[in-house]
Amino acid sequence: MSILTWTYIMVGLTFSLYIFIAWISRVRDTKGFYVAGGGVPPLANGMATAADWMSAASFISMAGLISFLGYTGSIYLMGWTGGYVLLALLLAPYLRKFGKYTVPDFVGDRYYSDIARVVALICAIFVSLTYVCGQMRGVGIVFSRFLEVPVNTGVLIGMAIVFFYAGLGGMKGITWTQVAQYTVLIIAYIIPAVFISMKITGTPIPQIGFGSHIQEGQYAGQFLLDTLDKLNHDLGFTAYTQPGAKSMLDVFCITFALMVGTAGLPHVIIRFYTVPSVRAARLSAGYALLFIAILYTTAPAVAAFARYNMIDTINNKPYAEAPSWFKNWEKTGLIAWVDKNNDGIIQYRAGKPFKGKPKFSGKTGPLGQKLVKNPITNSPNELYVDRDIMVLANPEIANLPAWVIALVAAGGLAAALSTASGLLLVIASSIAHDLYYRMINRKATEKQRLLVGRIMIGLAVCIAGYFGINPPGFVAQVVAFAFGLAASSFFPIIVLGIFSARTNREGAICGMLAGIIFTAAYIINIKFMGGKPWFMGISAEGIGTIGMVINFIVTIVVSSMTKAPPKEIQDLVNSIRTPRGAGAAVDH
Amino acid sequence: MEKNLKEYWSKNVTFMSILLVIWAVVSYGCGIIFVDALNAVKISGFPLGFWFAQQGSIYVFVCLIFIYYAYMQKLDREYDVHE
Repeated sequence: MSILTWTYIMVGLTFSLYIFIAWISRVRDTKGFYVAGGGVPPLANGMATAADWMSAASFISMAGLISFLGYTGSIYLMGWTGGYVLLALLLAPYLRKFGKYTVPDFVGDRYYSDIARVVALICAIFVSLTYVCGQMRGVGIVFSRFLEVPVNTGVLIGMAIVFFYAGLGGMKGITWTQVAQYTVLIIAYIIPAVFISMKITGTPIPQIGFGSHIQEGQYAGQFLLDTLDKLNHDLGFTAYTQPGAKSMLDVFCITFALMVGTAGLPHVIIRFYTVPSVRAARLSAGYALLFIAILYTTAPAVAAFARYNMIDTINNKPYAEAPSWFKNWEKTGLIAWVDKNNDGIIQYRAGKPFKGKPKFSGKTGPLGQKLVKNPITNSPNELYVDRDIMVLANPEIANLPAWVIALVAAGGLAAALSTASGLLLVIASSIAHDLYYRMINRKATEKQRLLVGRIMIGLAVCIAGYFGINPPGFVAQVVAFAFGLAASSFFPIIVLGIFSARTNREGAICGMLAGIIFTAAYIINIKFMGGKPWFMGISAEGIGTIGMVINFIVTIVVSSMTKAPPKEIQDLVNSIRTPRGAGAAVDH
Repeated sequence: MEKNLKEYWSKNVTFMSILLVIWAVVSYGCGIIFVDALNAVKISGFPLGFWFAQQGSIYVFVCLIFIYYAYMQKLDREYDVHE
């Protein structure tokens, strides 16, 4: 059977499974809709959290990024896992004991202030919306590459599926589909990695394989990482395993901002409201990270294999003899080759071959290569490779069977859909619960609230779909925003809200505003106005760390100068510190 | 009772702080600050600093959460605040 047939079968089967699960877990009350009735077992919540967290970016792009960044790629590996330690130790158990529906709920109640609630609400919506646009785009891209339908049709199909199971089942529907989606995506990630590890190093475990010897070819008998260091060095890149691409301070700040940002992301936090107890919240954070770690420890191995494979199979090889996958991806515009010295041989070196992303002129060169219109650079590098193809092309590069390639497509879709649905629920609950019910209509009936929740999911799906079809040019830039804002707004005031009973309303509002304004101004200056990173050379991705420190300082100083929070708030803080008495999440 | 809860909380905070120190040492220490020094050591094909940054730190993170879970299980029972 062809790859296309296999892909239709895999995608068809997995999508039917999601729809089936959604139908059996449909809900009739707001508690089911927002927190899945509060009865999700820790193991299932761990899987759902892992699927929720691992997006199209983790599944498709991360290994590719690491492949090109080498050691420096660790910022994503540590940054996107280390946050779970903070979550498990500092936030999850206490937020679970507090037991409301959303993050703005906690901020608004703990700081007895609707202003704080609104600031939190706006941040939650902004962060989630930023994130969800990228997911819809990811769905469209996987569809277009593997099912040969236009990107827009792909986005529309994705929207319909997500709306069906998120609208019908709310958090409950999402949770159980995410459990299925985790299973699909992890199998799809591991199988090709095992195949490739076997092929290059003869070790079936990729985590061990990338520290082993190469089996055959001109580098046989050498350690893979030694070979990569040497190849990178010879081609003019920083050695693969050594730092150097970014300053140590910058690596430090970016990693920290990603960790703290992860712990402050509303769609991750909200998952811990769905488990039955404080004990379950602690345990499910452990399961979540364990399930995430399976992919995150495989990714750097995939990255190293892909880097080796790519250099080994195409560098200094005549274009005429390039493998078929090379030409397939050239057709999609994700690979381009400019024969600068007219020798007919592909030279891959450090530096950009030409400016920007390839724009083909429609003509072909003497060897059949597609010619680009982009201005050529002086760099000896002749090859453009989009980093996103590393995971998607890997099975083809390694000549794996058609069903494995189809499985990767289904996995990419599972990763994008599971994250999209979690984010859409946060957006819907922020508006339907925090804004409509808590602030506009306190007398709304259960039925009305459920209806508003469903309408909001529908609306959010449409907005996300719109941005998926017409991606704003700034999506890549605003990801820095999502983490920066989560780190500089939520994290400090939630931690202080739990660990310092003295922190009051005035402190929290000033702290959040100071953190957000500083971080947003710094990122906007760099990303949109072409400014330089003026604060100790820290890049936009890492500035959330400084914003967080500012938030902490301002909150503590202002709190100590203003009057202590009322008695009932101090009692609330004491009560969330002990597990006993955590009923299911309640509404009030 | 009041004193007991204070003691429970301070034990929790102390243990948590120890775990967070380990968290910082493996990721920021071994993986970032001392990466050059550790890279001089090799274990099989892995330079040690690189291994910590791309593998070791993640394994430690997973262990830390389960250790905290187990410790708190015990502590909750000891102070009779378990669910």
